[in-house]
Parts: sequence; C-alpha cells; structure tokens
Amino acid sequence: MALAALALVLGPLAAVGLWAGRAGMPTPGDWAAFRFTLWQAAASAALSCALAVPLARALMRRRFPGRKAFLSLIGAPFILPVIVAIFGLVAIFGRNGWINAALAPLGLPPLSIYGPQGVILAHVFFNLPLACRMLLSGYAAIPGEHWRLAEALSLPRFRFLEWPMLRQRLPGAALLIFLICLTSFAVALTLGGGPRATTMELAIYQALRFEFDLGKAALMAVAQCAVCLAALGLAGRAALAPVAAPGLGLQARLPPGPLWLDAGVIGLAGLFLALPLAAVVASGATWIFDLPPTIWWAALRSIVVALAATALAMAMALVMARAGGRLAEVAAALPLSASSLVTGTGIFIILFRVIRPEALALPATVLVNALVALPFAYRILRPALAQVEADYGRLADQLGLGGLRRWRLMLVPLARGPIGFAAGLIAAMAMGDLGVIALFASQEQQTLPLAMSRAMGAYRMGEAAGAGLLLVLLAFGMFWIFDRGGRDVRA
Amino acid sequence: MRVALASGLSLAASAALAQTPELTIYTYDSFVTDYGPGPVIAAAFEEKCGCTVSFEAFGEGAALLSRIRLEGARSEADIVLGLDTNLIAAAAETGLFAPHGVTPELDMPVAWDDPLFLPYDWGWFAFVGNVGDDFPTSFRELAESDLQVVIEDPRSSTPGLGLVYWVEAAYGDEAPEIWAALADNILTVTPGWSEAYGLFTEGEADAALSYTTSPAYHIVAEGDETKAAMAFEEGHYMQVEVAGKLAATDVPELADAFLAFMLTEGFQSVIPETNWMYPVTMPEGGLGAGWDGLVTPETSLLYSPEEAAARRDAAIEAWRTALAR
Repeated sequence: MALAALALVLGPLAAVGLWAGRAGMPTPGDWAAFRFTLWQAAASAALSCALAVPLARALMRRRFPGRKAFLSLIGAPFILPVIVAIFGLVAIFGRNGWINAALAPLGLPPLSIYGPQGVILAHVFFNLPLACRMLLSGYAAIPGEHWRLAEALSLPRFRFLEWPMLRQRLPGAALLIFLICLTSFAVALTLGGGPRATTMELAIYQALRFEFDLGKAALMAVAQCAVCLAALGLAGRAALAPVAAPGLGLQARLPPGPLWLDAGVIGLAGLFLALPLAAVVASGATWIFDLPPTIWWAALRSIVVALAATALAMAMALVMARAGGRLAEVAAALPLSASSLVTGTGIFIILFRVIRPEALALPATVLVNALVALPFAYRILRPALAQVEADYGRLADQLGLGGLRRWRLMLVPLARGPIGFAAGLIAAMAMGDLGVIALFASQEQQTLPLAMSRAMGAYRMGEAAGAGLLLVLLAFGMFWIFDRGGRDVRA
Repeated sequence: MRVALASGLSLAASAALAQTPELTIYTYDSFVTDYGPGPVIAAAFEEKCGCTVSFEAFGEGAALLSRIRLEGARSEADIVLGLDTNLIAAAAETGLFAPHGVTPELDMPVAWDDPLFLPYDWGWFAFVGNVGDDFPTSFRELAESDLQVVIEDPRSSTPGLGLVYWVEAAYGDEAPEIWAALADNILTVTPGWSEAYGLFTEGEADAALSYTTSPAYHIVAEGDETKAAMAFEEGHYMQVEVAGKLAATDVPELADAFLAFMLTEGFQSVIPETNWMYPVTMPEGGLGAGWDGLVTPETSLLYSPEEAAARRDAAIEAWRTALAR
C-alpha cells in the first residue's frame, strides 16, 4: 500500500522529468522563492501549533452550551476552497474590511493584510483548527483515571500527562501544516502583496505553464520532496512513541483554569475563525438560489468525486496507519509536498500514450485527491491506532483477535473519533479541490470548484460567490456527517 | 416487424452519426461557459458545416499552449482558439500549426500579417476603477496618486504579462523606474485576472488591471454604470486573441472552413457581449448601446510576436526586481 502511494507520486514526477530530458537553471528569483517558501511554511506551522495548545486546553477545560457545534464549526476553515477563503479573509482583514472599518473611527492606523503577515494569517486561519482538533483527540486519549490519579497524588499534571501527549502529537501536526504551506500558491501570491512573496509552487506553475520548461518544474518538485523528507526526519526525531495507558473510558477533563482566560481564548479564536466564514455566507447568500442547472450538475459530480476519493484514501490510510513504519511515514508525507500540478501533468503524460485523458478526467481526479488526502488521514489515524495497539494490542493477541475481527472489535470502535474526523476532512477537501480537474475536464465533466472558477473568469462574480457558498455548505455538510458519525464521545 | 423497423432506423441513425465529421477546438475556460461565446458559435457553425463541434477548455491562454505542446502531433485538436500575440512566437516554434492562407480584412488598430494565426477579437488593457474617483491619465500620475490597484502576476497570467509589456512599450529604459514608483500603489498581485477583478468589484481595491471593454459588461449585463476604464496618454497595450489550425488535423477542410467562418457575422456578432472584447470585423448593427461611451485610446501599443518573445524575460525581471524591494 505504501509502495503504491510512493509510485503514484514518484511515477508522474519521473514522467515529467523524462519528458523534458533537460532543465533550465534556477534563477536568483527561484532561490528567493525557495527561501521564502521555507520560512513562511515554518512560521505558519509554528504559530498554528503554538496557538492550538491554549485553544485545545481551554476547550478541554470547559463544558458550555454549543460546545459541540463549536468543535464542528472550527473544522470549517480548513475545508474552505482557497479562493473562497481568500475573499472571506479580505472581507474581514482587508484594506476595506470590517476590522479596518472599526479601527478608522477610533483614529487608529489601518492594518494591512498584504505581505508576509497576510500569508501567515491565512495559513493560521486554515490550519489552527486542524492542529487544535489533532490535539483535542490527543487529550481525549488520556484516560480520565490518570487525571484523577495525578490530582490525588498532587503531581504536576502538565508535566506528567499533557507534555508527553504533546510531544507525541505536536510534531506530526506541525509537519502536516508545514507541508501544506510548502505548496501554497494562490494564498501566498494574493495576500503576499507581490513578488517578494513568491513561492516554489508559483515557480513550478510558471515553468509548467508559461515557459513550458518541464525539466525545471520536475527539478523544483524534487527540491520540494527533499525538503519534505528533511522535515519528516526532524519531526520523527522530536516525536515520542506512545506508551500503554489503557483506561476505563472515563471522561477526560482538565481542572478548569481562570474563566476569563478560557472564555477569552475560546472567544477570540471563535471570532477569528467564524468572521471570515460569515463574510463568505453574506456574499453568496443572495445568489445561491439563482444558480443555473450546470452548477447543480457540477455539484453532484463533486459529491461523487469526494465520496470516491474518501473511500480510496481511507482504505489506504487505515492499512498504512495500522502498520506504520518508515516507508509508510515517507509515503504518507510525499504526496503533500509533490506539487499537484506536477503530479497531474505526469499522470497526463502517462495516460496520453494509452488513452484520451479526458475519458479518465474524473477517475484521475479521484486518484489524485485521494493521494493528497492520504497524509492527513495518516497523521490523524496513526497516533490513534498506535495508542489503541499500545493499550490493548497484547490483550487482543492473547485472545487471538486477528485480521478483520481485530478491526471490527478493537481498532474501529476505539478509534471511531479520529476515523470519522479523517473521513470528513478528506471528503470536504476533495470537494473543494481545483488542482487536477482543471488539467483534464471538459465542459461536461466540470466539478463545482471548476464551475466556480470559470464563472469568475467570465465576470460572473455574483454567481461565483453563490457557487462558492454552495461549495462551502456541501463540503461542510459532508465533514459534519462523517465527523459526527464518529465523534469521540470523550472529546 | 415494428421492432425490426425501429432497430433498422436507429442503426441508420447511428451510421449517419458516425459519418458526421467532428471538429475539435481547444480553447480557454471562459470561452465555453453557458454565457460565453462557445455554445452560440458551435450551434451557428454546426448549422453550416454538417459537422459536430466540440470544445475542450484548459484554463487560460498560456495553459492552453502548454497543453498543445504536451500533446504534440498526436493531439486530437483541429483548431486552437485563445492564444494571444504574446504567445504566438512560442506557438509557431512548435511547428504544430499550419498556415491559414487567408488575407483577412480586419477592423483593428494594427495591421495583421501572421501566416499561422488569425485574430478573432481584441481589446486594450486598462485599469478599471469606480466612476467618481480622480482618474490618473498616465502611469506617472497613477504612481503619484493614492489609488490602490490590483494587478496580475506576469508569470502566471496573460493580462499580467500584457501590463509588463505595456510599461515596457511606453517607457522603454525607464520601465524599472516606473515600476519602482508604482510599487506603493499596488495593493497586491494576484495569480490571475479573476482574483484581481474580484478584489476590485468587492470594493477592496480602487482599480484592477482589466480591459477598456470591461465597463461594457457592467452596463449591458448589470445596468451598472459605476465602473469605467482609465485613459492613459502614453497609449494602451493591446491584446489580440487568435486561433490557428493544427498541421496534424484529420479534417483540414473543416478547420479551414471554421477559420473562415470565424471572421464572418455569425461568429463576430456574438463576441462583444459574450467575450466582452472588440470583434475583428464590425457586425452589421455595430456594437450595442453601452459600448458607445467606452474609452478608445488614440495610441495603440503592441509588440510583434518576435519582439514580445525577445523582450519577455528582461521585462518580467525588471518588474520583479522593482517590486521585490
């Protein structure tokens, strides 16, 4: 399974490289792009994780009405299609956004979203919820008995309970976010304010589309993969392996901190994540009922693609996450750093020798979406399944539970939460992806993100906003169904 | 008997269908949308040719060209429609296109003699802003103003590249200086036209790089007269959109017929209010109301394909270094 995933990444990359046979030399601009890409990805990952810790702790400490809805809602930014999120963020933080509108009467200087700060703001907006959810499932995995025991023995809880869990989960979350930000394209460019904020992915786009220098595109994709492997090594070194800590399934609950602190953290994070969403809803609401039939057909196609990609990615991720190992780690990281433009072009080059690629537009989209989603599913499932195995693996061995029965009786019930969360995430991501379909699809095969982008390209900004809202509703709906279906009762 | 007759008929029908020649046209995304020119033009040509027309859309102009280069001589395409003058040199270099053999009579501000490609519409690049703002009348005035504009990246978008050529054609050696002066007026740079124009219509930016014809869309389709193009005294760079026939086409006569049809009323009358560009031959009824008040520059700037290709890298590098500071 891991080998298949690796082949699906490296095969297309090799196809692109071989097609070209030679490559243009990197320019000074390319090196600047390389440096900017690395530091913005590292900064985004560090900041997202640093903010996720207090948010996850506050959410673990408090029970309040609407907490479940809040947990679902903060999953939403991550699944927003990039272009929709950009417009949402601009409506709040932009030059003429809500915040500057509120600052102006107070005589305060305006904030500017355009620059490295905007890129990082957007990346934190996308990824803080992801990091937070990954930590929450880590907190939920600490048995309730341990909290009580620590309290009874007056042990420092952070050092003995939380810190080991954070050491175990944070490196994986940081790695994932770093890799997502490594291939940032539209966010970095639009909010970066100009060529200072050029990323590798733009250089790849330019090489593929404008210069038709396939060799150079492949070379840069290789550089991205090398960065990915280095980051993987670092994260692996920093992470702790889980130790057995079985419990009776008592609710984990941190002793409450000061109310003002928890309320402040939750309130600020909630506003930061919900306001841009509100702007998206506001701009699309008037248009969503007037969408033409082609948009609805595209939406149906997108749902089918998303469900197929989810099934494929979950099957691969479950098998790989169960086994673990170095090969699985690599195979579950590379797809993220491999530019989907290069992968898509490579698949095209391979297919084109055999068959008309348009005939396989939707299957190819499913495949690439599943591949890109694999790292998320793996990173969410691996610690959960490893914990279950550490806790109950030996018992299961003694009972002779193997094969499918082990899945049915032990792994699935005990890792329900992460499984539901991962499936929801993948479905929503596949729903909003525009990467690959644009390389293949004709009018009859367009998906909802493609239909939206085509409407925008033809002055139909209102229709695009309506389609964007529809996309958000569908993606969030899918996420919610899967996530609730598996919601960790203890979280 | 009835069954036999019915199946016989459907056999005959499918045989007839199999004999209908098919013309495959590769183009860019917005050409084939429901409200784009594609559907109307396909229907109009199918009526004349006894063939079926199928469009395949690939992003925008540059993406279209890289697609054709990937497919090479094995491409299914008979016609490629949607390149512009800045891409012609690279397209010609592939050797995949065949001469059109036509000497067209065109209503364009520049002469046309390219042997491989025929234009089907054109426009002038312009900054489009809100009526009521103080419009600058040159790049220098724009640089001195407080206006915040959005432009497209020349490395990923054809209008972005057009703007770089515009400054280069208008200012030559002074181009880097102009870019440096413009830096504080550029709110941001977007990957493509859609994001830039969207940021303008959402009210985030005062203006976006688009076309002199963009306000016509708002007037005609939305009854909105609040958008206008800024006229610059140094002249405006043009975008001429072209189509060409592939040498490896299996239906050469049909492809020639389509290129001829492209310059006639049936195609040209559709262009203004679906593609929001100027037609290359004026339709009989002229352009509709809403087009009368548009900015029409006196000076048109345009590099020949060879010159555009030769200047490209240096022009983009000048843009990048000035704005990266």
